[in-house]
Amino acid sequence: MLKLNNIEVIYNEVILVLKGISLEVPPGKIISLLGANGAGKTTTLKAISGLLKEENGEVVDGTIEFEGREIHKQPAEAIVANGIFQVMEGRRVFVHLTVEENLRAGAFTRKDKGNIRSDIEKVYGYFPRLQDLQHRISGYLSGGEQQMLAIGRALMARPRVMLLDEPSLGLAPLLVQEIFNIIRKINQEEGVSILLVEQNAMAALNIATFGYIMENGRIVMDGPAEQLRENPDVKEFYLGLTEFGDQKGFRNIKHYKRRKRWLS
Amino acid sequence: MDFFIQLSVAGLVIGSVYAMIALGFVLIYKSSSVINFAQGELLLIGAFLCLWLTVDMGIPFLMSFAITLVLALGLGFAIERLFLRPMIGEPILSVIMLTIGLSIMLRGISIIIWGTDTRTFPEVFSSEPVKIGSINIPEVYLWSLLLSMIFLVAFSLFFKKTRLGIAMRATADDQTAALSMGISVKRIFALSWAIAAIVASVGGILLGNINGINISLTQFGLKVFPVVILGGLDSIPGAIVAGLMIGLLESYSGGYLDPLIGSGIKEVMPFVILMIVLMIKPYGLFGQERIERV
Ligand SMILES: Nc1ncnc2c1ncn2[C@@H]1O[C@H](COP(=O)(O)OP(=O)(O)O)[C@@H](O)[C@H]1O
Ligand SMILES: [Mg+2]
Repeated sequence: MLKLNNIEVIYNEVILVLKGISLEVPPGKIISLLGANGAGKTTTLKAISGLLKEENGEVVDGTIEFEGREIHKQPAEAIVANGIFQVMEGRRVFVHLTVEENLRAGAFTRKDKGNIRSDIEKVYGYFPRLQDLQHRISGYLSGGEQQMLAIGRALMARPRVMLLDEPSLGLAPLLVQEIFNIIRKINQEEGVSILLVEQNAMAALNIATFGYIMENGRIVMDGPAEQLRENPDVKEFYLGLTEFGDQKGFRNIKHYKRRKRWLS
Repeated sequence: MDFFIQLSVAGLVIGSVYAMIALGFVLIYKSSSVINFAQGELLLIGAFLCLWLTVDMGIPFLMSFAITLVLALGLGFAIERLFLRPMIGEPILSVIMLTIGLSIMLRGISIIIWGTDTRTFPEVFSSEPVKIGSINIPEVYLWSLLLSMIFLVAFSLFFKKTRLGIAMRATADDQTAALSMGISVKRIFALSWAIAAIVASVGGILLGNINGINISLTQFGLKVFPVVILGGLDSIPGAIVAGLMIGLLESYSGGYLDPLIGSGIKEVMPFVILMIVLMIKPYGLFGQERIERV
């Protein structure tokens, strides 16, 4: 459905950030893209959605295909209209608009105006909290509510592929679980394919069917989600980051070595 | 009391014109952070176009009015496409210089075409004042008030209810996020210039019917600054309320204070109020607070 073939991306005409990324999002599946800060996950999503051009970034090599057509030269507006929607990192709700106005903004490219109202109700079905807040100015919502709004707003575009950039960022663990459950539900009920970028690897691999791991602008590992979950490198690297606690020194070194292995 | 009501009507008429000019200004500022110094010239050109259609082409006034709005729309789009679009990404100061240059150019063009003499509309409205109770109000004032209110309400609804209006406000909030919704940010900029040209033209035509048209109409473009600063640079309702307030203030100080203190107080009063308000509310009366949240 969505396919990246060996793409390279540069910023400002010099800085090479993606060094040959290939990945695939099949119809109706949740695919997870994992990696540490600065690995190039956001850049990958922006290359797909066309937002890269806004930041003086460019796909200089490789192709991005969506349903058999190359899209990497299209402007962002056309890509949204074609059915790919990126939920940006940091939620990016329109802070001075109400919740409902945000949802309407999400429906901007829709041609079937008649169904917009019922889709707003559908979003409220997934996120009942948003219905209570429908006339509230979005800037005053909590982080979790804003994330719900950002995902709901994406639903309003009725995309066939949703790109989610770190939806768990800065949220309390309980809320992360709730949001991930809803993402899975949306995937199942709407049949929308999802490319999920996360640092919270375990939460992401729990709902994904397949995962890719990125380092330094390259894919260093990929496989079915359950396989990645059991992989000692993945386990240690990600759980190591979160379960640090009082184990120092030795563990750091070991973790560093494992990290190195991925790079070679 | 009659005198007060008369001053109030005159103040509301001028104020609603200020409100419209300010609306155009705020729109451009909100969507693209560009400070448009050519707003007064847009007003002049709109007024002259309508006069030219009515007088020189012999088209009935209401028709001319409608045609002028369409021409203004085209002018707004053209200005954005020719001058502003190439400046996207340039330093904001350069863009401001550009709008100043634009204002001088438009003024020059209108002098070349229409000269510097004052020209007047043929009598569109009856010169017989309308009697309301014991007071006389010129008919043109009432029509102006009605028309500008219609426009202001229509635009408020447009921003609140329509797909494009919401897209414009979304773009003003966060351009990249708007783009990620599939909103063409460039088209939104163009639309904001088109609307600015339209509202300025309406203002120009109304003023032209009251006072006649000459190059000094462009001074109304400068009035936009106390108005938008009072209302808050980025607030559409602020622009409307502050426009009406400053119109009223001028009218009252012209009527009550001029005879006492000497003429000129009318011109100064808006700035005095402006200073006082800004000392209390630095973002203006309706300026958007920065909403920050992590
Ligand atoms: N607009 C930009 N201009 C130049 N370099 C950038 C830009 N955006 C990101 N980068 C660089 O690209 C690399 C990857 O960043 P990013 O895609 O944001 O990573 P991630 O989302 O995995 O944290 C980083 O080294 C970052 O500094
Ligand atoms: Mg990122």
